[in-house]
Amino acid sequence: MSNELVHPELADVHVVEDSGDLSRSEVILKGALAAGAVYGVGMVGPFVRNALAMSDGGDVGILNFALTLEYLESTFYKEAQTRAKASGELKSLIGLLASDEQQHVEALTASIKQLGGKPVAEPKFDFPYSDTAGFLKLAQTFEDTGVSAYNGAAPSIKSKEVLGAAGSIVQVEARHAAAIRLQNKQEPAPDAFDPSLDESQVLTAVKPFIQ
Amino acid sequence: MPESKERERPTVPPADSAIARVVKDPVSRRKFMALTGGSAALAAFLAACGSDSGTTTTSTASSGGTTGTEQFGKGDIGILNYALTLEYLETAFYKDVIKSGLFKGAELETIKKFGSEEAEHVAALTAAVKQMGGTPAPMPKTKFPLSSAKSVLELASTVENLGAAAYLGQAANIKSPAVLASALAIHSVEGRHASVLNTLIGESITPDGAFAKPADAATVLKSVEPFIVS
Repeated sequence: MSNELVHPELADVHVVEDSGDLSRSEVILKGALAAGAVYGVGMVGPFVRNALAMSDGGDVGILNFALTLEYLESTFYKEAQTRAKASGELKSLIGLLASDEQQHVEALTASIKQLGGKPVAEPKFDFPYSDTAGFLKLAQTFEDTGVSAYNGAAPSIKSKEVLGAAGSIVQVEARHAAAIRLQNKQEPAPDAFDPSLDESQVLTAVKPFIQ
Repeated sequence: MPESKERERPTVPPADSAIARVVKDPVSRRKFMALTGGSAALAAFLAACGSDSGTTTTSTASSGGTTGTEQFGKGDIGILNYALTLEYLETAFYKDVIKSGLFKGAELETIKKFGSEEAEHVAALTAAVKQMGGTPAPMPKTKFPLSSAKSVLELASTVENLGAAAYLGQAANIKSPAVLASALAIHSVEGRHASVLNTLIGESITPDGAFAKPADAATVLKSVEPFIVS
């Protein structure tokens, strides 16, 4: 394995524990980001599922992982409204993304509670970028990763209603991803089939991050 | 156990049905979208996630055990063949658009890319149906209105948004996790397509807001009926 990171920007994203103990979902997210940095976002998925299967598991576990990702995106876009130094169309887009991800956070939180689960606490994040180009690069990675994460976890969802809800969110993340890619002058739909998180490298990448 | 080779023709609703008119008229389509989107989305999402409300419009679970795709085959084969039919339509549409000469440059490249992706979907869905022992749905004969670049982009947007909603509408009906994974891998790509086309015609990338809405098979089939030549 080469020492070059496929997505070095992911390695720089810090997931900071709020109160000492990393929640399960924060651990998984850190692992996923690290693996994404090393292996590329297509590889991020597997971790999630194996790791989730190890303890929380179930629909609540999947929703909590999704919630952690949505917290990441929501915080990222809220900050970006000033930090990204965007104007015009991109500025409007960031506003829309911030609003959508915030709604995802609220909906996932409510549905976890409705299922009798405990929503994960909002982590603290540190996003290292200093200009619009840096913002766009991270945004693209986060949105593509979100699509892959949802697509990978969804077949394990037990409840049809939760599956419908996840599908409803992932389609929006895909719409976001395409829009960000256009802003980034990238192919909006680079593959005919969006990669999903597959299981193989999960344990390898997440091990260093589990206390 | 091979599936029966019999396949009924889809029933043909009137060409002047409300849905067909909505699909053809961009102004009506925008109004239609506005009526079905909006602030009800969050409440509907929550209803879908565990409350015992029976009136949610976002539930994608089939009611009474029917998926609306039975005319295409049983169970997952029927759903795959339904998806295949839609992908055939999209592929044919993009092929016609490219031939029309209405587009150049970057927009033409986008159309070509999307068209080739729909063709990949056709190939994958065909293979999936065969793998399950079913008979792949045939390629329908189609005819699309291609009067101007503007109207074509609007039709493309309608078709892609509808396609994404169609996949979302069937997700909860799929029994096999592998088939579901494939359907989701396609579903999100249709979402990307819809987002781009909406941008090209000056519409919102998320016409349903933060939560995409599913469409049931009957609605989808009615909407595309005008483009199928009997």
